Amino acid sequence: MRQRFEIPMPVRYLVNGVLIVLLFLLGQFMISAGILSSYFQKILLQVGVYIIAAVSLNMATGYLGQLPLGHAGFMAVGGYTAGIFLKNFPIKGLPAFILAIILAGIVAGIFGILIGIPALRLKGDYLAIITLGFGEIIRVILLNIDTVLGFKFTGGAAGLMGIPKYTSFPAVYICVVITCLFIHTMMKSRHGRAILAIRENEIAAESCGVNTTYYKTMAFTASAFFAGVAGALFASYLGLLVPGDFGFMKSIEILVMVVLGGMGSMLGSVLAAAVLTIVPFALQSISQTVADYRMVIYSVLLIVVMIFKPSGLLGTYDFSLTRIIEGLINRAGIHDGVARKGEQSK
Amino acid sequence: MLLLSQIINGLQLGSIYALVALGYSMVYGIIMLLNFAHGDIIMVGGYVAMLTIAAGVHPLLAVVLAVLACVLLGVVIDKVAYAPLRSSPRISLLITAIGVSFLLENLAQNIWGANARPFPNSAIIKGATLNIGGVHIGTTAIATIVVSILSMVVLTFLVQKTKRGKAMRAVSEDMGTAQLMGINVNSTITFTFAVGSALAGIGSILYCCTYPQVSPTMGSMLGLKAFVAAVLGGIGSIPGAMVGGFAIGMAEVLVRAVGLSDWTDGVVFAILIVVLLFRPTGLMGRPMTEKV
Amino acid sequence: MSKLIPMPTNNLLTERDVDKPPILEARHLGIDFGGLTAVDDFNIAIGRTEIAGLIGPNGAGKTTVFNLLTKVYHPTRGTILLDAKDTAGMNTIQINHAGIARTFQNIRLFKNLTVLENVLIGLHNSMSCSLSESILRLPRYWKQEKEAKERALELLSIFQMQDLAKYEAGALPYGAQRRLEIVRALGTNPKLLLLDEPAAGMNPSETAGLMENIRKIRDSFHIAIMLIEHDMNLVMGICEGIAVLNYGKIIAKGTPEEIQANPAVIEAYLGKKKEG
Repeated sequence: MRQRFEIPMPVRYLVNGVLIVLLFLLGQFMISAGILSSYFQKILLQVGVYIIAAVSLNMATGYLGQLPLGHAGFMAVGGYTAGIFLKNFPIKGLPAFILAIILAGIVAGIFGILIGIPALRLKGDYLAIITLGFGEIIRVILLNIDTVLGFKFTGGAAGLMGIPKYTSFPAVYICVVITCLFIHTMMKSRHGRAILAIRENEIAAESCGVNTTYYKTMAFTASAFFAGVAGALFASYLGLLVPGDFGFMKSIEILVMVVLGGMGSMLGSVLAAAVLTIVPFALQSISQTVADYRMVIYSVLLIVVMIFKPSGLLGTYDFSLTRIIEGLINRAGIHDGVARKGEQSK
Repeated sequence: MLLLSQIINGLQLGSIYALVALGYSMVYGIIMLLNFAHGDIIMVGGYVAMLTIAAGVHPLLAVVLAVLACVLLGVVIDKVAYAPLRSSPRISLLITAIGVSFLLENLAQNIWGANARPFPNSAIIKGATLNIGGVHIGTTAIATIVVSILSMVVLTFLVQKTKRGKAMRAVSEDMGTAQLMGINVNSTITFTFAVGSALAGIGSILYCCTYPQVSPTMGSMLGLKAFVAAVLGGIGSIPGAMVGGFAIGMAEVLVRAVGLSDWTDGVVFAILIVVLLFRPTGLMGRPMTEKV
Repeated sequence: MSKLIPMPTNNLLTERDVDKPPILEARHLGIDFGGLTAVDDFNIAIGRTEIAGLIGPNGAGKTTVFNLLTKVYHPTRGTILLDAKDTAGMNTIQINHAGIARTFQNIRLFKNLTVLENVLIGLHNSMSCSLSESILRLPRYWKQEKEAKERALELLSIFQMQDLAKYEAGALPYGAQRRLEIVRALGTNPKLLLLDEPAAGMNPSETAGLMENIRKIRDSFHIAIMLIEHDMNLVMGICEGIAVLNYGKIIAKGTPEEIQANPAVIEAYLGKKKEG
């Protein structure tokens, strides 16, 4: 059997690193050159926030194979944490923003552990219900905690106002890149394989000595952590948080992104998050009537995709630039049908 | 005396939850699906009743039409959205159900507008109060409790004594074996959806008479809570759904009575979580085991 | 329940294992499911390098015994000693760490993952790089991933499956799936390997190859193997000790010759099923 050409690891990193920097520069250039109006910049920031939210939910749904319906709850925890922190922290500016994002992730992650430990004891539908319940409880608490404790923390139904607006394109871009890299490298390690094993067959995973409780909690917590990060960016982007923003409907909206993109495909989540965030704005600019039917179209799309392609539009396919380059080189030169067939089937 | 009227309130709300919870429970029992769209069927029922009464139809006929509309909608949803997914992974079916729920809510919003509209409850139940031993009890409360209990009695008879009911129980026990025994599984599932949706229709009218308005999202919170009731009682179990419904109704009224009405939703979900943690399949549910 | 009290067992250990403590000893093991006794008074001892067989008619409780030994079900009664240590209170994961690996009657592979990934998950606990090392891709990550991959391919080569490494496990033919389950179980570095109907669905030539390989695995890994199997040629051909289960109780124990001559066995099993 002839050897397949493989790009050596350092070169892979270089290629991907250059690609990431180029995309960033392109974005920065388009903003500073005024090609992207402030309206489009706002959409771009929202796209980034939803990418983080969808990619993090994909961790729990696509990789771990559970169906949490309270993802917006974790976003709310992160958002309020960041918002309250930014409003009260004496130092302003970038250091405070970075701290707020990390803090938001950690607090959301702690909620993830607290909710995950009991919730993950249950299976399937029951886990969906219990996370839905937790999401609603978080919303109710945010809404009413001030009146009970007599504090002015969350602003109750009126919302948390006056959060400093630090969210910018570079901040969102860096957070998106870190989130995707973190989850990607995690999934390509023994830890990620353990998480996939639980999705595939929990009893077999246990019989292979995989500590299923530990890894379920780990995946769930990582998912909550990044949802918290998305929430923090969202808070500092809007400058105003209302508990109603983070209801059951928001959780479902993020789930729709993950499902349409293909559960278990990071690229799918990224693309679906981007498209589904941009489409409403695009529809609005075409015609208001069409925009009004946005949610109707979403739901029909969701049903149709489930009936005809239950694995989502991209299935579990994941994009790899270096693998495409390898594929091209191999097609041109070396013929090794078996190995390539195996590669494609994955 | 205050306590008595609160108990009546709890029973009234609880009996509505129980009726709606039965629909969730029956569908789950037979195809293992959390039918998220069930709450929205209630919403459609409410609108149909309101619109037909507004169009001058006799209120009793309007009620019948609303229930029939719910039945039709439930069956159509099953045929169009769920039936193609019978052999798919459970998660796909669940997401489809969420999609249907979303669709109904947003369609209603586009057709009838997002705002709540008044419901002509006085056309259906004359809003007088009865004075029983110094306690004022609304006729709506009495009618709600009586109608609900009657519906549950009829349902129990249907499931326990009739051939159809036997088929339903057989299919929920083991779909494959039931088919081998010559039971028409598809028509049994359709029948289950029809019965569940009819109960939702009745629940819808009772709910609208109690809280006289309709809105596109009225089904989602009612649905969620009834659904909590079904899970609490042990989803798939008919007596469980009744017990769960009354428990949630009572809990909600009690929380309101002590002046924490902002927290009712939170308390309902907290009860659910606590129960699930100690009895993972609800109060009267059967334990789930996976064959190894 | 008294634990660890030495008691005479009438188990026949193979000659070469007889002076060593057994790898596995079950004493008075039993489980009830809602009043129904599925397994009762199950006593067995397996030698360090023995190939043992567990046979019996359908529904006799054989798989239940495996589920008890691996704590998928928790026994109602009795004691399981693994390498002379009591396994009471352990769960499935800890049992695997302690040295029992198994395959399943209804194949339980990680179907959407590749053959290689399946084996790598078996090797999960033989790797030790932490989450942060993996995410930052520190040198230890690369070293361990490389070693694990080589080890996985080496294990796959027992069944000449190394060329299938990149295929999805669910796409393999039935026999290959059963073999992959064995490889994955071996990856967890067991002292005792439990095989639940390893030859089910295999044709005679595949079964013959499997027999050869089971012996080879025992000889090269120096482990004990216990198997449930309906193929009497396989059982009588490679098992050194056989226990016969009927209605949840052991009705006979002995060498293949003794089992074949045992009238109770013939009545309960061989006579009815007309096998062997």
